[in-house]
Amino acid sequence: MSRFRVSVHIVPRTGILDPQGHAVADALHSLGFAQVRDVRVGRHVVVDADAETPEAAGHAVRAMCERLLANPVIEDFEIASIGRP
Amino acid sequence: MRFGIVTFPGSNSDIDAYQTVVDGIGEEAVMLWHKGHDLGGADVLILPGGFAYGDYLRAGAIARFSPIMREVRAFADGGGRVLAICNGFQIACEAGLLPGALVRNAGLKFLGRSVRVRVESTGTAFTNAYAPGQVLRLPIAHGEGRFVADQQVIEELEGEGRVVMRYVDAAGDPAPEGNPNGSMHNIAGIINAAGNVFGLMPHPERAADALLGAPDGLPMFESLVARVAA
Repeated sequence: MSRFRVSVHIVPRTGILDPQGHAVADALHSLGFAQVRDVRVGRHVVVDADAETPEAAGHAVRAMCERLLANPVIEDFEIASIGRP
Repeated sequence: MRFGIVTFPGSNSDIDAYQTVVDGIGEEAVMLWHKGHDLGGADVLILPGGFAYGDYLRAGAIARFSPIMREVRAFADGGGRVLAICNGFQIACEAGLLPGALVRNAGLKFLGRSVRVRVESTGTAFTNAYAPGQVLRLPIAHGEGRFVADQQVIEELEGEGRVVMRYVDAAGDPAPEGNPNGSMHNIAGIINAAGNVFGLMPHPERAADALLGAPDGLPMFESLVARVAA
C-alpha cells in the first residue's frame, strides 16, 4: 500500500447556468480581458488515499465523485492529477 | 395524527414546523434527531429548512448520509408522506427521493422575502385544501433555490402534473418577473411519481399564523391531516 494524492476538478455541467462564472467573466471583461468567452467556477478537491497503484487510487476517487463529491445532475468532474502527497 | 420532524445539525425551521403542527392545526408532533433510527411512530415526516451541516460540499449533500435517512427512505419507499421544505427539499433531491437539483440562485444573492406561488395541482396529499390555481404568499429564505433538471426530467414532471407549485408574478402568471431564483419553468415545488414525497423551496411553516399576517401555508398541513387521517 502506498499513499497517493488525487486532485479532482468539479465544475457546473455545460448547459447549466453558472451565474458565478458569468459574474467573473463580466469582471474579467471590465478589466480588459476581452478574449474571455466563458468562465465556469467550480471546486477543486484533493484526496489523500491509500492504494496499491495510482490507477487504483484514481479509480477509488472516481467512485467517490460519482457517489458524493460531485452531483451528476449539475456537475461534471475530471481527475486532474494523481501524485504523491 | 403524528408528524415527525427531523432535526439535522443546522436545521433552523424545525421548531417553526413543530409549532405549526401543534399550535396551528392541533396535531401531535415529535422531534427526531438525525442520529436516531426511530421515527417515533410518525404518520408524516417533515424534512425542515435550515443549513444542515453548514451546506458543506453542496446543500443537502452531507445530510443525506445522516443515520436517520435510512429510515426516512424506507418510510418513503413504503408510501409514507414526506414534506421536504427548503433545505429539506435540497436534502431530498440529493438523496434521490426527488429528481433534479437546487443550485445557486441566478442572481447569486441569498433571498429572504415573500413570493407568490400558484398551486398547480390540488390532487395531492399536500395541496388538497387549496383551490386549483390559487396564488399563495409564502416566504422564501435561500441561496440555493434554483431548480434544475435534465430536459427529460422536466418533461416528465410537466407531463405527469408533478409540478405542484410555480412562482408567479403579480398577475398570477409564471413569468420571469415572478421567478425569484431562476428555477426552470418557474418550479417552486415538485412531487415524486408515487405522490408521497413533496419538496418545495418556500416555507409554508413560516406562513401558518393569521396573527403574523400570513396564513397561506396552513392549508398544506390541513391537507395532510385530511388525506392521511382519512
